Amino acid sequence: MSDEIIYEVTQNDYKYGFTTDIETEIIPPGLSEDVVRLISKKKDEPEWLLDFRLKAYRHWKTLKMPDWAYLDIPPIDFQAISYFAAPRKNAPKSLDEVDPELLKTFDKLGIPLEEQKILSGVAVDAVMDSVSVKTTFRENLAEMGIIFCSFSEAVREHPDLVQKYLASVVPYADNYFAALNSAVFSDGSFAYIPKGVRCPMELSTYFRINAANTGQFERTLIVAEEGSYVSYLEGCTAPMRDENQLHAAVVEIVVLKDAEVKYSTVQNWYPGDKDGNGGVYNFVTKRGICKGENSRLSWTQVETGSAITWKYPSTILMGDNSSAEFYSVAVTNNHQQADTGTKMIHIGKNTSSHILSKGISAGQSNNSYRGLVRVNPKAENARNFSQCDSLLLGDKCGAHTFPYMEVNNDTAIIEHEATTSKISEDQIFYCNQRGIDTETAVGLIVNGYAKEVLNKLPMEFAVEAQKLLQITLEGSVG
Amino acid sequence: MTKNKTDVQVREKKETVLFEQQYIELYEQYTDTICSHSATALNAGRDKAFKKFRELGFPTPQVENYKYTDLREPLSVDYGLNIKRVNFPINPYDVFKCDVPGISAYLYFVVNDAFYPTNYERNKSLPEGVIVTSLRQASEEHSELVEKHISKLADKQNDGLVAFNGAFAQDGFFIYVPKNVILDRPIQIINIMRSDVDFMANSRNLVVVEQGAKAQMLVCDHTVDDVRFFSNRVTEVFVGENAFYEHYKLESVSRETTDVSTLLIKQEQNSNVLGNLLTLHNGVSRNNVEIALDGENCETHLCGMALSDGKQVVDNFTSILHNKPNSHSNELFKYILDDEAKGGFTGRLYVEKDAQKTLAYQNNKNILLKRTAKMRTRPQLEIFADDVKCSHGATIGQLDEKAMFYMRQRGIPEKEARMLLMFAFAADVIEFIRIDALKDRIKKMVEKRLRGGHSKCDGCSFCS
Repeated sequence: MSDEIIYEVTQNDYKYGFTTDIETEIIPPGLSEDVVRLISKKKDEPEWLLDFRLKAYRHWKTLKMPDWAYLDIPPIDFQAISYFAAPRKNAPKSLDEVDPELLKTFDKLGIPLEEQKILSGVAVDAVMDSVSVKTTFRENLAEMGIIFCSFSEAVREHPDLVQKYLASVVPYADNYFAALNSAVFSDGSFAYIPKGVRCPMELSTYFRINAANTGQFERTLIVAEEGSYVSYLEGCTAPMRDENQLHAAVVEIVVLKDAEVKYSTVQNWYPGDKDGNGGVYNFVTKRGICKGENSRLSWTQVETGSAITWKYPSTILMGDNSSAEFYSVAVTNNHQQADTGTKMIHIGKNTSSHILSKGISAGQSNNSYRGLVRVNPKAENARNFSQCDSLLLGDKCGAHTFPYMEVNNDTAIIEHEATTSKISEDQIFYCNQRGIDTETAVGLIVNGYAKEVLNKLPMEFAVEAQKLLQITLEGSVG
Repeated sequence: MTKNKTDVQVREKKETVLFEQQYIELYEQYTDTICSHSATALNAGRDKAFKKFRELGFPTPQVENYKYTDLREPLSVDYGLNIKRVNFPINPYDVFKCDVPGISAYLYFVVNDAFYPTNYERNKSLPEGVIVTSLRQASEEHSELVEKHISKLADKQNDGLVAFNGAFAQDGFFIYVPKNVILDRPIQIINIMRSDVDFMANSRNLVVVEQGAKAQMLVCDHTVDDVRFFSNRVTEVFVGENAFYEHYKLESVSRETTDVSTLLIKQEQNSNVLGNLLTLHNGVSRNNVEIALDGENCETHLCGMALSDGKQVVDNFTSILHNKPNSHSNELFKYILDDEAKGGFTGRLYVEKDAQKTLAYQNNKNILLKRTAKMRTRPQLEIFADDVKCSHGATIGQLDEKAMFYMRQRGIPEKEARMLLMFAFAADVIEFIRIDALKDRIKKMVEKRLRGGHSKCDGCSFCS
């Protein structure tokens, strides 16, 4: 019956596990001020950025690894990690110059650059390990004044903008992993949408971790000027690896007056095998600020991968009448652990936020929602609605909910509700009665359960997200 | 500015260490005195508890569980401790006339931390076998019974104040209801704080309700004097198979009082427990409640209410542990916060791996009346079984303006309309009370409190 299906589901191996043979330039493992200087030098960075890195590194040394999350994190030897890896080829100008191996990798993922370029009109900034390899549709965007490039390119070509907004949302001293990232970040994406411009296409970046034993430290910065709009997509898949890989990214989003940013993620890094060996450690700091009046920020995430996920995309609602949304589906299987959620900090007047989180636990995994809604004393008429649902498939997994609500203003209306249950026998019975076999029924129910969030994803991504859900819970999704 | 701020924090931290030091020295110097004046059953675990306290110290807001209760200020007061067990010159029976009409409970007093020896008329009609006495006396007369249960739950706690209680508590009450005995009326325990100097009371209470028995407990907290009080009480309750236990805590104390009450309940198969924590008037209150459902088919209701204004602080920290299958729990907490009152609520719902078919509900609703009032709520679910239905909900908001408008339209004055709405809001919790006389009385007290009066019991000369 359904137990068998769940068993089948939990026995699935990771389908996207493969390694691409690309020569990579790696510096010896270890972390010290010299390594930080070396990274900065290799990337030809200006003085101020090196200072920023060093400040972050010195602060990081004073910090201790946080242990408050509902995660069992094996000790990480930060000296055993190599902090810089870059494909050795020079940056290509057209698709022909892109390494055929790399193109093959994307083919296997079903997201070839060409197809993306021709069919969907998505500008893809493909990040393979740490250095941006290929950026498409750049010229089209440049005509509108939109800057969409790799982070190091932005440092070279738009230093004023980077200096103005870097670490303005996530300061280097924010937390342990943000400090580490600030010290050693290798590359990432930078997007700038000028005043009044509506970005005509979805911006997307595909992150992959490829070289063995390298941590990936991405830094993404998105700035939406007054009255602009952008939808930004980020997708992640990683090849199979026996050793654990560390990923500590920082994403910063600045939304100015009347602007709107949609940020969507599909995360499918290698979760480790059935016995919990290997897998990616994903410790990410993502934060956006609705700085101006009437600004809007929307997060959508589908989390299916990683051995350990530690991720709380948050929004600071500073501008009056600003609003934020957070939609999340987190699926854990086998020995995966996820502690994820969001923070909504209401500072401006008439701000509103909406949280919808759906957790699905299977196998022996643990899936936690941890969220904070804070209303500051001057945040008049703040409104929040949070809903956290958990679905348990199997009797060895765990689902946990840790919402925090801190309200300091009497005009606020804050609501929270959460449920935890397994797929109800009534629902399966209802389907069976109508000639739908149990397997299809479980699929229908899980799909329907996550639908609310999947619907928030842009079209191209919704397809991939559904595919990922199918892979993670194959056998139960029709 | 920022530099000053850090200085203050550092200083405060150091001071907390200093308060601890003072008690540590006191303990080391007077261990023998403490032990010789104690219930013997409490002495066995004393050193262990003290060691734990040294390790944990007093909880600061840095401790996650005490994030929303800042006890540094109340703990900084130089309290007196009555380790030599001097009797306080007061006869509560002379002055106290509890006016819950028709409740006619078995009535007992605890003055500070000492159980008051009684010869009250009604108490003589206690059913045979039922024991209500001081823990000290019980350790002598019923040592086997006491030793079988005492500290079994408290020792498992990882809380600095519970450890402190273990080190310093010398006495408390002991209640025993034998197998299949059904108490016809509630047992009422009145905690009275009475002292001329700032005073700290640590007491340890033990309640054993045997298989098939039924008991209702009403614990009232009162203060008499206008000095600073700190009470740190730990109550352990063992509820046997098929037994019923109800625990009502009614707090109406002065604003200068800090009350930390830890209620630990262990439920056996088919037992039924109701906990109701009513905080009507207080200073700083912290209720730690942990209910372990260690048998199948248990039923648990835990609810509470807080009406706070001024600078009052109410923090209810609750855990319900579903350790066995087929149990049902329901939690409801409601707060109405005015002025600069601070409310805190943590509801931890834990479902163990094999606790299938668990049904657990939790609800926390709060109304803020002034912009300076603060509420922090943390409803938490930790679930390891798959065949369960668990849900929680939490809201923070204001009175419904539409309802207000509706009533104003019909000629009900604003003040009255507000009162009606707040009363209706609080009524859900009051409805959980299963003693009719008490329910009526609480309704009156809540109404009076909502109209702005201090909800002391009429005829009781204790509350100021």
